[in-house]
Amino acid sequence: MRDIGHDFLAQSLGKVIPLRSSLPEMTLEGVQYRASNQVQIDIPSLSISGRGISVILGPNGAGKSLLIRLMHGLISPHAGQVTYEGLPVSGKGRARQAMVFQKPVLLRRPVAANLKFALKFGDTPKSQFDDRIGALLELSGLADKKNQAARSLSGGEEQCLALACALARSPKILFLDEPTSSLDPNATHRIEAILHHASVLGVRIVMVSHSMAQAERLADEVLFISGGKLRDRLKVKEFFNGPTSLEAHTFLSGRLVP
Amino acid sequence: MLRWALSVLVFLMPTFAAADENFIILQSTTSTQNSGLFTAILPKFEHETGIEVRVVAVGTGQALRNARNGDGDALLVHSKADEEQFVEDGFGIARSDVMYNDFVVVGPSADLANVSDGKSVEDAFSAILGANAKFISRGDDSGTHKAEMRLWALSGYGPTSHSGQWYIETGSGMGATLNMASALGGYTLTDRATWIAFANKGDLKILFEGDAHMFNQYGVIVLNPAVHPAVKSYEAGLFSEWLLGAKGQAEIAEYKVDGQQLFFPNAISR
Amino acid sequence: MTDFGDSLQLAMGLILSGDESLWAIVFLSLKVSLTAVAIAGLIGMPFGAFLAVMRFPGRGALVVVVNALMGLPPVVVGLSVYLMLSASGPFGVLQLLYTPSAMIVAQVLLVLPIVAALSRQVVEELYGEYREQFLSLGVAGLRTIPTLLWEGRFGLMTALLAGVGRAIAEVGAVMIVGGNINHVTRVMTTTIALETSKGDLGMALALGVVLIVLAISINVAMSLAARSSARYAYA
Repeated sequence: MRDIGHDFLAQSLGKVIPLRSSLPEMTLEGVQYRASNQVQIDIPSLSISGRGISVILGPNGAGKSLLIRLMHGLISPHAGQVTYEGLPVSGKGRARQAMVFQKPVLLRRPVAANLKFALKFGDTPKSQFDDRIGALLELSGLADKKNQAARSLSGGEEQCLALACALARSPKILFLDEPTSSLDPNATHRIEAILHHASVLGVRIVMVSHSMAQAERLADEVLFISGGKLRDRLKVKEFFNGPTSLEAHTFLSGRLVP
Repeated sequence: MLRWALSVLVFLMPTFAAADENFIILQSTTSTQNSGLFTAILPKFEHETGIEVRVVAVGTGQALRNARNGDGDALLVHSKADEEQFVEDGFGIARSDVMYNDFVVVGPSADLANVSDGKSVEDAFSAILGANAKFISRGDDSGTHKAEMRLWALSGYGPTSHSGQWYIETGSGMGATLNMASALGGYTLTDRATWIAFANKGDLKILFEGDAHMFNQYGVIVLNPAVHPAVKSYEAGLFSEWLLGAKGQAEIAEYKVDGQQLFFPNAISR
Repeated sequence: MTDFGDSLQLAMGLILSGDESLWAIVFLSLKVSLTAVAIAGLIGMPFGAFLAVMRFPGRGALVVVVNALMGLPPVVVGLSVYLMLSASGPFGVLQLLYTPSAMIVAQVLLVLPIVAALSRQVVEELYGEYREQFLSLGVAGLRTIPTLLWEGRFGLMTALLAGVGRAIAEVGAVMIVGGNINHVTRVMTTTIALETSKGDLGMALALGVVLIVLAISINVAMSLAARSSARYAYA
């Protein structure tokens, strides 16, 4: 497997994020989200800052996808506030964020054109487009397919492209919603390698994962969600050794969580 | 892509403009047009004067309406009473007789109502009435329709109460009405010119003709620019004069279909 | 009696003989209808996309109205445009009546609702697919429209073809505002109407066949044009 060069990633990101101990904050205060007359998310307080990779785990229907969409400002809470760097994520707070979806949504254009599109709505000056596109193509392993129709790529290639488009935004925080759940091990490995390096460079990563093994490989901390509430937030080793909540216990033992 | 579209539009632009060309609009009837008269004689006028005559052929009622709206420069229809009213109302400068032909009653060759035995047009219409035979009417207030109504009145009867039973009102032009008569095996009143030129006669034949009441007079009117200033009254006047003059009248007389003359010039010679 | 076989033969003969007056009529039909669809497309597609993407009070009602207008009777449109362009009407000074331009105006009004409604449908479906991704990339509101229009180009082409079909096949509007003037405003459909009223049903039917062949040719041409740019859309 090709090693993802540090330089390519740095170049892909466009800006190297300086190493600081107190990095921007993602905050949820008193957040509630309702659907079908039921409370689907209920989080009194949550704050994500610093560096590292946070993986969100939980049973089906726990609200993991909803939570990550609330954080990225794709949906609005019915109560409470979601802010990033102090700004509401429904507005300017989303500017330094990016997201990779479970199923990649790519434009019906060539690979390179998709990257260009992502760059267009960021604040990279046009003169740097070609360089950044080149780096992003190398990073995603698609350099020899840059003129191919994006929709004709394999599942793994599509998701790599989607990740590259997200990184084109030079995000300070990157959300992912089960990005590798339908990919083969090779593609999964590539994606995880990119994420690991991005985190090293300072990109904060918050990822919903379908796989406990993936969490063990990648995560610095685990957020366990069940029934729309945050039950556990622990460093990864602590979580897998013995979480505090009953729901997490049940989940880890493979039984169905009510 | 956009450049291609724009260049196509620019290319087509000149053909869209109507201004600057030398033409008049003649509001006339479908029967006159369908007879082929205009195709035969108008090019002669254009050749002489350089003025193109554009014919809008609609029902008489619509032609008069269009002319009242000022959407034309001259009028050529065959409904004398309406034409005179038109001039009296101030929309036309003057009205003149141009040509005439006649109406004929056509019907299925079997002629079960015995229309062909009639001695007068009253007989013919009474025969149809008596037999409750299918009669197809224009039903559209056209010159032909008004003539038909006059002929029913002569026989002392109004057929409209039987509309939808044996009396069928198409509300359409002569061609559509004849098509229906042909398809249903019904009787109808038509002007001779349309009949001769009609290509779908099927089993229909002329069953009654020649009564003095079936005279069909055509008139020409130049529209009044005092009402609609945009009317090209000068050119329309030239057309009217040509039509009424020796040349136009001769052209009308010369027009034949299958060796038969369709219109008979009768302008008052000056 | 009119024989369909005879008419078909007549139609083939007409097409192959290169009859000059026939081709003049065909050319005028194409000019009027294609121009009308192009104009309707330039207005209707962005408008349809706007309806698909933006939310504002009364949007739902507007969508229903646009859909309903697809059923506008051509003869009603023709009559209305005639009243507008008549010498007695508000736009009489333009002297557009009884010219191809008037016919184009009428057909634009006829085709616009179709193109707008179908464009809205296409773009709305695409928008559902792309909405979150666009939001995430910072593409919002009106800025999504050009992208969505290009993404949806195949569905939009179908919308345009539907417009072409409607325009080239109608007779009610062009008859009233054009006047069916020989060599000036006579198109395929009005010629068919004329031949029918002259009782020449065989010729009318033959012209009908020619019109159908014309419509098929337009569709084939546009499909071929689309095929070449289809590389980037589907696997």
